[in-house]
Amino acid sequence: MPTGNPRGPLDAVIVGAGVVGAACAHYASRAGLAVAVVDRGSVAGGTTGAGEGNLLVSDKEAGPELDLALLSTRLWRELADDLPPEAEYEPKGGLVVAPDETALGALRDFAAAQRKAGVETHEVPSHALHDLEPHLAPGLAGGFHYPQDAQVQPARAAAQLLASARRSGAVVHLGEEVTGFLAHPDGTLRGVRTPHRELHAPAVVNATGTWAGDLARLAGTHLPVHPRRGFVLVTEPLPRVVRHKVYAADYISDVASGSADLQSSAVVEGTPAGPVLIGATRERVGFDRTLSAEALRRLAHQAAALFPVLAGVRAIRTYHGFRPYLPDHLPAIGPDPRVPGLFHACGHEGAGIGLAPATGLLTAAVLTGDQPALDLRPFRPERFDQAGAAQ
Amino acid sequence: MTTTPARLVRADPGPPYEITFDGRPVPALPGQSIAAALWAAGILAWRTTRDSGAPRGAFCGIGACHDCLATVNGRPNRRACLVPARPGDVITTQKGTGHDDLAV
Repeated sequence: MPTGNPRGPLDAVIVGAGVVGAACAHYASRAGLAVAVVDRGSVAGGTTGAGEGNLLVSDKEAGPELDLALLSTRLWRELADDLPPEAEYEPKGGLVVAPDETALGALRDFAAAQRKAGVETHEVPSHALHDLEPHLAPGLAGGFHYPQDAQVQPARAAAQLLASARRSGAVVHLGEEVTGFLAHPDGTLRGVRTPHRELHAPAVVNATGTWAGDLARLAGTHLPVHPRRGFVLVTEPLPRVVRHKVYAADYISDVASGSADLQSSAVVEGTPAGPVLIGATRERVGFDRTLSAEALRRLAHQAAALFPVLAGVRAIRTYHGFRPYLPDHLPAIGPDPRVPGLFHACGHEGAGIGLAPATGLLTAAVLTGDQPALDLRPFRPERFDQAGAAQ
Repeated sequence: MTTTPARLVRADPGPPYEITFDGRPVPALPGQSIAAALWAAGILAWRTTRDSGAPRGAFCGIGACHDCLATVNGRPNRRACLVPARPGDVITTQKGTGHDDLAV
């Protein structure tokens, strides 16, 4: 059985070739680390390939996740200069609209706290909404414009990040499932085993998204990642009818909710390929892939309420994915003190595309022993243990 | 005697009626798809692509490839190979998405 890396010893094995694993590989390789990426499926074969490519600061309340999003926003802008146009990076900005004065007031408070944290945002009065979005429904109370919100084609962005890592020497093993961990007698990890090889490295990064709890269990530890299902509705190709990421204010409370029930609030955006994407529902139903007509009905209804013009175009397909949900809606990033040598970069729920670069940069810093650009304490993987929570 | 598709399957369609393509009258037989009626009239292209404006018509002919999209009675993105021709149908060449009027 082949072992290690023909190009020399590895510094880290990254498990997961979604956007987060790809970003970890990109930043770690750029920092001079020799890394291997291993995934049981293909690049972007899990949640990354089922996303909309939201790079949002607008939906995040002031706090650790917003700090991560702001760092990522800067990094995506840097990456966009290097990534080929196929990644479809579009700094289009977001527009959050409020149906009535009550919702607008809540949005105003939310935006004020975000502004203090470094978010660019300005209020758009009712009469000016149509200058930004001519097809928007009449009668909305107003909204907030977030110029930092952007969009990317997630599968292509992940592939390009991985390609960049390979140019820096990373090796990628696709279609190989990690079936076990290799450990020293004292329990410190020294690599992973797949059906085809052993990969030896002093660090293993768990970037397996919605399946990260399974990999943690295989390593003998615990991470309560659960799937939160989401549907996206895709229209027939259209010229540009929607300019920004547009959504109603109640999306923010849906994201922050922990309820298992079906929640839905339309997030509407155009794509360079033509179709308008309408996301996103949220429900905790395990890995159930059954089509939910009710979820789609609600999405279509809400999208048409925001943009009446969409009532006259056809939805041609739908797709769905499983967001990696952690109970406090924050990802797990950094070393796992319960298993020396294990690092986590997972649990980003519906924000993984947006938060991937910051996660990759922070992970690379942790692996090289540098000072991370952000305080990692809110993202401690052990925070869900009683002992970890008490720290 | 010339062999025609209709003879091959011993079809006995009712009398033809008229549809129009870009304002020009085209005969259609009951049961014929729009694509078949257009082909029978020697019309091979009824859509232009979004990016380069290249002409498109029927390709697979069985509803899978979506190449034959046409605007039928004002509604774009109808698969001409599947939609039956009805008396008086107004077929127009679909430019790009067929929704250019919605662009902002």
